[in-house]
Amino acid sequence: MANSTTEKSKAVPAQNISAMTVLAPAVGWLIPGAGHMIQKRWIRGSLLFVSIVALFLLGLAMQGRIYKANGGDILDILGFIGDVGAGGLYLLSLAMDWGQGAIAFATADYGTKFMIVAGLLNFIAIADAYHIAIGKKQ
Amino acid sequence: MHITLRLGRSSDEAFSHQPSAISSTFFTGIHSVTITLNHFSAALVFSFFASIVFGITHRDNARDMVRYGVYCFAMFLGGVFVAGWAMWILKR
Repeated sequence: MANSTTEKSKAVPAQNISAMTVLAPAVGWLIPGAGHMIQKRWIRGSLLFVSIVALFLLGLAMQGRIYKANGGDILDILGFIGDVGAGGLYLLSLAMDWGQGAIAFATADYGTKFMIVAGLLNFIAIADAYHIAIGKKQ
Repeated sequence: MHITLRLGRSSDEAFSHQPSAISSTFFTGIHSVTITLNHFSAALVFSFFASIVFGITHRDNARDMVRYGVYCFAMFLGGVFVAGWAMWILKR
């Protein structure tokens, strides 16, 4: 009897941890920094959100280009992988048809790189949120 | 630092002299926002935000995060100056 109670109490936290290991990266991908915020790392989450969203929006404002899924040039594929990392921002940009102009001048090229890097930085933030969820990092 | 921020509708006269690639911005139909950064200011903005993310994700406590973020920012900017001078030497 005592053993079954102990097993139940051990099973509940294990279930929570496994749920968070999936939820934190998923939410963090959709909204940059949210993976940290749902684990009560408010300041870290806010700073990540501001940094990644600011880079992405600056990229759009600099007439940067959004890459769509493609099977062509390797650089286009890599650009798409980078952009996808921005998650919700990327989906919003596609839905609103933002960032579809041609890269005709240097500032637009910087903007394109800003958006790719914003996505790649979000991948790092997702990995960090996962490490917090599994207890590898505080 | 040279930042030009243009606000106005896409069809405004302010954009009439510019090619379509410039006037069709990401707020098409509402308000157009165009930011022009030169190479150095773009590198500065990029370094600032990337350093924040690196600092948070690569260290465990707040003090180390700040120190690593500042270190990354310094390395980014140092790299810009070194690359700049290297290109200047190669050009000569």
